[in-house]
Amino acid sequence: MTDHSILIPILIQLTTALVLLFMWNRIHLQRRASVIGNAIGLAYAIYLFQKVYNQGILVTQGGGWEAPYGITFAADLFSASMILIASASGFAVSIFAAGSMSKRRSMFVFFPIFHFLLMGIIGSFLAGDLFNLYVWFELIIIASFGLITFGGGKRQLEGALKYVTLNLLASILFITGIAFLYGLTGTLNMADLALKTAEVENKNLLTITALFFFVGLGIKTAVFPLYFWLPASYHTPLSAISAIFGGLLTKVGVYTMLRIFSLFFLPDPFVSNVITVVAIFTLIAGAMGAMIQNDLRKLFSWLIVCHIGFMIAGLGMYTTIAIAGAVFYLFHDIIVKTNLFMISGLIHRITGSFKLKKLGGFYAHYPSKTLLIAIPLFSLVGIPPLSGFWPKLLLINGGLDTESYWLIASILVASFITLFAIGKVWIEVFWKKGATVTPKKHFVTFGELRYIHKVGFVLPIAALGAISLFLAFGAGWVFTVSEQIARELMNPESYIEAILNQNN
Amino acid sequence: MHRNNDDNQSGQMTTLILRTASTYLMPLLLLFSIFILIRGHYEPGGGFVGGLIASIALVVYGYANGLKRIKSFLQFHPGGLIPTGVTLAMLSGIAPMFLGKPFMTGLWLDQQLPIIGHVGTALFFDTGVYLVVVGTTLTIIFSIGEEIDS
Repeated sequence: MTDHSILIPILIQLTTALVLLFMWNRIHLQRRASVIGNAIGLAYAIYLFQKVYNQGILVTQGGGWEAPYGITFAADLFSASMILIASASGFAVSIFAAGSMSKRRSMFVFFPIFHFLLMGIIGSFLAGDLFNLYVWFELIIIASFGLITFGGGKRQLEGALKYVTLNLLASILFITGIAFLYGLTGTLNMADLALKTAEVENKNLLTITALFFFVGLGIKTAVFPLYFWLPASYHTPLSAISAIFGGLLTKVGVYTMLRIFSLFFLPDPFVSNVITVVAIFTLIAGAMGAMIQNDLRKLFSWLIVCHIGFMIAGLGMYTTIAIAGAVFYLFHDIIVKTNLFMISGLIHRITGSFKLKKLGGFYAHYPSKTLLIAIPLFSLVGIPPLSGFWPKLLLINGGLDTESYWLIASILVASFITLFAIGKVWIEVFWKKGATVTPKKHFVTFGELRYIHKVGFVLPIAALGAISLFLAFGAGWVFTVSEQIARELMNPESYIEAILNQNN
Repeated sequence: MHRNNDDNQSGQMTTLILRTASTYLMPLLLLFSIFILIRGHYEPGGGFVGGLIASIALVVYGYANGLKRIKSFLQFHPGGLIPTGVTLAMLSGIAPMFLGKPFMTGLWLDQQLPIIGHVGTALFFDTGVYLVVVGTTLTIIFSIGEEIDS
């Protein structure tokens, strides 16, 4: 169905970014405008989700040219729910950033770039055209480059260098893949491609193209063996920025993989096998990396890598139940990972350290905050009935169906190692006795902050914790949604028809 | 860039020829940039090229007569042009949505205007690009120039 208003989530972020640019140097106004802009964005995302949920796939053609020539934007249930989840975590990070960033940083550039980043993320969820998708990716890279160097310290620049070099390489591979596809089929519209790739006779070249996409997107998604930039760079920026990176950036890659591979590269036994093997190694390698870390943010970065494996595993098995598991895991992971990096920011603000060895006594000194932090930590491990448990159940179920026992084994091993790593965090930070405040020069501890800033720290963590709980206790409904998304991904006929056969 | 140490006005070319020529070149180049901007939809040209030509006009004048002269000529910081331009471009994209058409559909006036010709949303989009390019180029040149001056 044609609906031009699906672009409004993009336009809300763009407008907010522009308004913030006009408020140059007025940080207090910028903070408020950013939170308000994201609140409007979240409200509209809820509305859009509900609309797509009731009416089915909504499509608009940029510039008014018909598909496959025009620039297609399509919102199916997958896009709409990703926009909803991204807006929710964007809103939380916006409050967190408003509360947590000290005025000394040159923070007036932070909020506009942050909104351009969200615009790129939402745009890539809506894109129905491969080249358009590439452009959104570039927007994300440029904005995230701005954010990761933010503050301009030596560590930030070092992290940024690794991040940008590898992401540029990924972009080159991605666009080479796009060029191959265009050479093979003569179109870049995703729905049109789905029809035309089925007719391509040179299947080997198509498989090679699939691998170009897999490697290009794999670098962005941080799968084995291309993940090393992630733990090397995600612990360097400010916590608010790490939160949005850890929560959303790699997941845009996962979303794109699920979308593109289900539309035109799968089912292909070779590609499936590659994805499955990569998923197994990603799970194990990420978990191994997390085990030995002693820095809170490095540990969480390795866990990002590890848990990418779950979603890729779902794609590798390629059954409805496994894809539903991957989609469910994607929702859960965005919320939890965003929350974890905000928590590391809170812990740092209270104690002045990210090092597990120096931390301690949190449980005795801050019992209520400990309870708040426990929710995302245990959700991440997947202790039933919290939100990590259900998608893993679906994935293992899918693994039993497809008899991929190695995958099941690695999912279980990775889950146990995650439990071990989080258990280590729990023992070191919360149970161990020790001083909680290490006074440093020019360091404003949590206790000295104004009330409104304290709220800015705690409220988003509580809000995302509440969403995690909703995903856990509303798992039945979330499962229905993920299963419908999985069915649409497995049978893309309705998506193709919605884009190509609408003539008004 | 060659700098004469005897000259105490920093950031300034000492050639009399350039200084005199730039006074005449600047208005000519600015006019030319607007010409390029307007013809840009169907013929070679457009907001990006036009914006570059306009910034060349200002930069040449600035090198000949000192960047301070350009700043006092402009009376505002060129960085402000960037959000203004993007806003203009965005509004020209949104405009068709109010008429129930997709984002960025071209809307055109039925009649041609004298001198300018066909006027449509594409022209406003291009003008937005023009402003962004001028703003970005001048901001870069100014910040580099300030570093050299100090």
